Amino acid sequence: MAKKTTRKSQDDKRMKERDKATLAKIVALADTITEAAFKHGDISISIPTRSRANTIWNRKKRILEMGDNKASRELFNLNQAKQFMQTMLHSATIKELIEADKTSSLRSVFYKAKHTVAGTRENTFDTQEESDPILEDLEVTLGALREELHIFAENRGAMVGNITLIDKGDEIDCRRMGSGGYALPSIVEPDVIEFKKCEADFVLHVEKGTVWNRFNEDRFWEKNNCILTHGAGQPPRGCRRLLQRLNQELGLPIICLLDCDPWGHYIYSVIKQGSISLAFESSRLAIPEAKFLGIRAKDYRECDLSDAVKIDLKDNDIKRAKEIAAYPWFKENKAWQKEIQHMLDNGFKMEVESLITKDISYVTEVYVPERLKKRDWLD
Amino acid sequence: MGIKNPPALAEEKSLFEGSARGEVAVTKSSSRPKRETAESMATRQKDIAVSEFFAKNRHLLGFDNPRKALLTAVKEAVDNSLDACEEAGILPNITVIIEDLQPDRPATTKHSRYRVTVIDNGPGIVRRQVENVFGRLLFGSKFHRLKMSRGQQGIGISAAGMYGLITTGRPMVIHTRPNAKKPAHLIELAMNTKTNRAEVTLDTETEDFPPSQYKVLSAATRAPDFLSPEDYRTGTSVAIELEGRYQKGRGSVDEFLELTAIANPHAKITFVPPSRVSADEQEELPLGDVARDATPAELAENQAESVKSGELLAPNGVDPTLTTIMKDGIIIFPRGTEELPPETKEIQPHPKGIELGILIQMMRDFEDANRGGGTLYNFLQERFSRISAQRAAEFCREIGAHTRTKVGDLTPKQVEQLFKSFQTARLPAPPTDCLAPIGVRQLLAGLLKGVKAEFYAASSRQPEVYRGRPFQIEAAIAFGGELPPNEPARVIRFANRVPLLFQQSACSSFKAVIETGWRNYNLQQPRGSLPVGPLVIMIHMASVWVPFTSESKEAIADYDEIRKEMKLALMECGRKLGTYLRKRQKMQREAARRDVFERYIGEIAKAINAINGMDADEIYQKLLEEARKRTAIADARLDENGQVIKKDEHEDLRQDDAVVMVESRAAHLQLAEGSATTSPDTNGVSDGEEKVSLKRKKKAATTRKKRSAGGDNGLF
Repeated sequence: MAKKTTRKSQDDKRMKERDKATLAKIVALADTITEAAFKHGDISISIPTRSRANTIWNRKKRILEMGDNKASRELFNLNQAKQFMQTMLHSATIKELIEADKTSSLRSVFYKAKHTVAGTRENTFDTQEESDPILEDLEVTLGALREELHIFAENRGAMVGNITLIDKGDEIDCRRMGSGGYALPSIVEPDVIEFKKCEADFVLHVEKGTVWNRFNEDRFWEKNNCILTHGAGQPPRGCRRLLQRLNQELGLPIICLLDCDPWGHYIYSVIKQGSISLAFESSRLAIPEAKFLGIRAKDYRECDLSDAVKIDLKDNDIKRAKEIAAYPWFKENKAWQKEIQHMLDNGFKMEVESLITKDISYVTEVYVPERLKKRDWLD
Repeated sequence: MGIKNPPALAEEKSLFEGSARGEVAVTKSSSRPKRETAESMATRQKDIAVSEFFAKNRHLLGFDNPRKALLTAVKEAVDNSLDACEEAGILPNITVIIEDLQPDRPATTKHSRYRVTVIDNGPGIVRRQVENVFGRLLFGSKFHRLKMSRGQQGIGISAAGMYGLITTGRPMVIHTRPNAKKPAHLIELAMNTKTNRAEVTLDTETEDFPPSQYKVLSAATRAPDFLSPEDYRTGTSVAIELEGRYQKGRGSVDEFLELTAIANPHAKITFVPPSRVSADEQEELPLGDVARDATPAELAENQAESVKSGELLAPNGVDPTLTTIMKDGIIIFPRGTEELPPETKEIQPHPKGIELGILIQMMRDFEDANRGGGTLYNFLQERFSRISAQRAAEFCREIGAHTRTKVGDLTPKQVEQLFKSFQTARLPAPPTDCLAPIGVRQLLAGLLKGVKAEFYAASSRQPEVYRGRPFQIEAAIAFGGELPPNEPARVIRFANRVPLLFQQSACSSFKAVIETGWRNYNLQQPRGSLPVGPLVIMIHMASVWVPFTSESKEAIADYDEIRKEMKLALMECGRKLGTYLRKRQKMQREAARRDVFERYIGEIAKAINAINGMDADEIYQKLLEEARKRTAIADARLDENGQVIKKDEHEDLRQDDAVVMVESRAAHLQLAEGSATTSPDTNGVSDGEEKVSLKRKKKAATTRKKRSAGGDNGLF
């Protein structure tokens, strides 16, 4: 315990500066509103727009970036009044968190600010779905990252492999994580997680925990000297940030093994270019170098798979696939255009798990190693 | 074919034909011995008395079933009383008493024997006319003239007496006191239906007027102000015993009196219903607003309120606080105004409104009156309205006659030509001083008294003409308040101030309501039906001769001219309602908007306080100010379509004499939540915030608007 305290006080110094800056931003926000109230000005908060229209594809950096559009959130507008109030409530909550030097989960922040509006039967927030976007709004408004607001998300995703980390002072040997792996925290900034020793050659990122289990059980990372991660579907910020750090700081290639369906393609797109709603964080999250290993539309024939692997494309899937094909970063990529067209021509999608129809360990022992050897992937 | 006609049937048939044509029916003579001969039939063909005819066809007069019979008896008596009072220039005081004479009958017996008594403070009837007025059908002062009155044919009250006699065998009991200084006449009379003449069974004089027997019916009737001799110095009391059925709801005595009170706000009507109501269908009063069984405290309050508003009243004003009250089982429809309807004049027929046969008859009458010597020139001027000397001469010329040509010397061809000239001539419309419309003020007074709504509008059209007879249409609507919100609108119809309770869908007014596009005025209206909403629509037709579809006077015949006027009147009211509703919706929206802002401001103030330490109350006040200002700006700045409003329409409504708004009944303004906003009803009267503002224009000190004063109670 004593050891930990000293480390914490070191952290404190670093934290203090950042926290002071964040606090100042929150107070400035409240002051603007107070001032407007006394001067009979417009009571509003200017919030950068987190929408498709306000994302810019930076061709040079190969990432999505947020544009300069801002929307005004006004108190005296029927459609915005409640959100305005919610924004203010969350600002106050964050200020309290920072001052107390505590972090809080998205869910508990929601509970913290949730109560009945005085004199009514209406809740300030009804669901967490209402609360989370308000926090994202605050991130962009204050220009502060989520961890700077002392908010974290649930741990999601896992990691094993030839790497040793320091997490808040504790040494983690990712070679010895048993069957569960190291749960990826939502905050993985250098002040929380340091890379101590890494022997791995690359990172294999798979879509979900079930596939990851197969690879872990077969000790794939050991045999192929890599790091094995999954993001439980759409990877959360913690997972993406860690992958980016592994890529940028340690120079490890990121290889993705995702389903052959529009959802899998989208996950790849998010990992590679960044997402629309978090475009403001793309420079911290996007990995333009990431590769797409599989599953590929050609695999049905190439791997001689049985009909059992086919899942029919629904109308929705087709629509989504066409949307993805139209993304500027895919549009200019002939290989990807071909890949998506191939899937559409097939008329079915395939999951990574379906490779089990060949053999239980076909995916870990044959499929992935062969593709890696041939460097057969999409970029 | 060999079957013989039953004699009864044959007889009845011939009776009809004989009476209808006034001549002996011609029957084919038959060579077969078995058949009737003209001779044998002739022995049975005889004159019938009208009374006999109506005794057999009582449904024509509104006595088709016990329930309707009771109503019709009340209706005829009340109509007569009101007519008599008005002609004598007396503010009517009318007491209607219905006594159940078989209160101990088994519960399954729906009908009973009732005594219907109607007592008025009218001029009374001179002794020698009593038999004629009450004992003869088709005897009256109203049939032979073109003058606006409730009764027309002189059938009503005598028919009621006749019905009573037929069903119970009891004669009518009449008290009448034409001279306040002399005793009243007490007469019992029974009609002989064979002769259409009354038979008097009792004829005496008494000081007992109004009859004291009605003072002992119940606790309430013992009250000194019930039937006080002060109020009934002269007057008439008619009592008829009849088989009937007393029931509440649609088409009931209650409804009739209620509607009569609305159309006759100058009358005070007191109603003592029977102690026992027929078992089923115990509906509330249709417009549902009697202060039912008020406690003494409430009554005192009521009275205090009346007194208070009495002080506020302009002499000719209308008191919005007056309302129907129920006290110990007696229903009192109070007087809403001290003004009698203006006296109406009798008019001569208009040339455009007569038929050829009538013209010929009029010529004969004129000839007789002048002992065969009247000239056409004089006839035209004297017996018609709107024919000037010049015009009369023109008519004479047109048919090739001289101004000195005698009426009797005209050839049938000339008469017919005259009739045609009448149709094509351009003549002024008939005089309209023969009409006494209820008037916008009185319409509003009546509705205010009887219907608890939040918005009232009335419209009185200019007189128009159908078939040469002047008529005038008035309409009024009441909206919102305590009216049922999701039911079809209720249409209340009146002809010469008499409510029409039956055959609604056959009535011209009903058609006019349906044909009016209520959707234009922000109301719902299913295709081809009544509008739906908290709405009462009142239509009144005043005319020297109302064209009823039948003798029982239940529906107005559907003349295009009449329907058109009705629609125009309804549209005028509708437009005002539309304006009000648009405004109301906007206010609702604004109130909701402000409500939303105010709800969140408290939270925001607290959050800001937590962040930068500013005083939460101060911020709250600032933001609240801003919120109010902003919603107020929105009020004044934009209308429905986002257009800039130059003039506030609502203000126009306030200035409108034909509109009354009782904003305390406007439910939408009472916001459900929030302590800052209390309804004006709850805090208004006590701390004097609610004021009854009066308008006292010279002639139109009429409309009054109840509104909460000041805009700082958060509502405006």
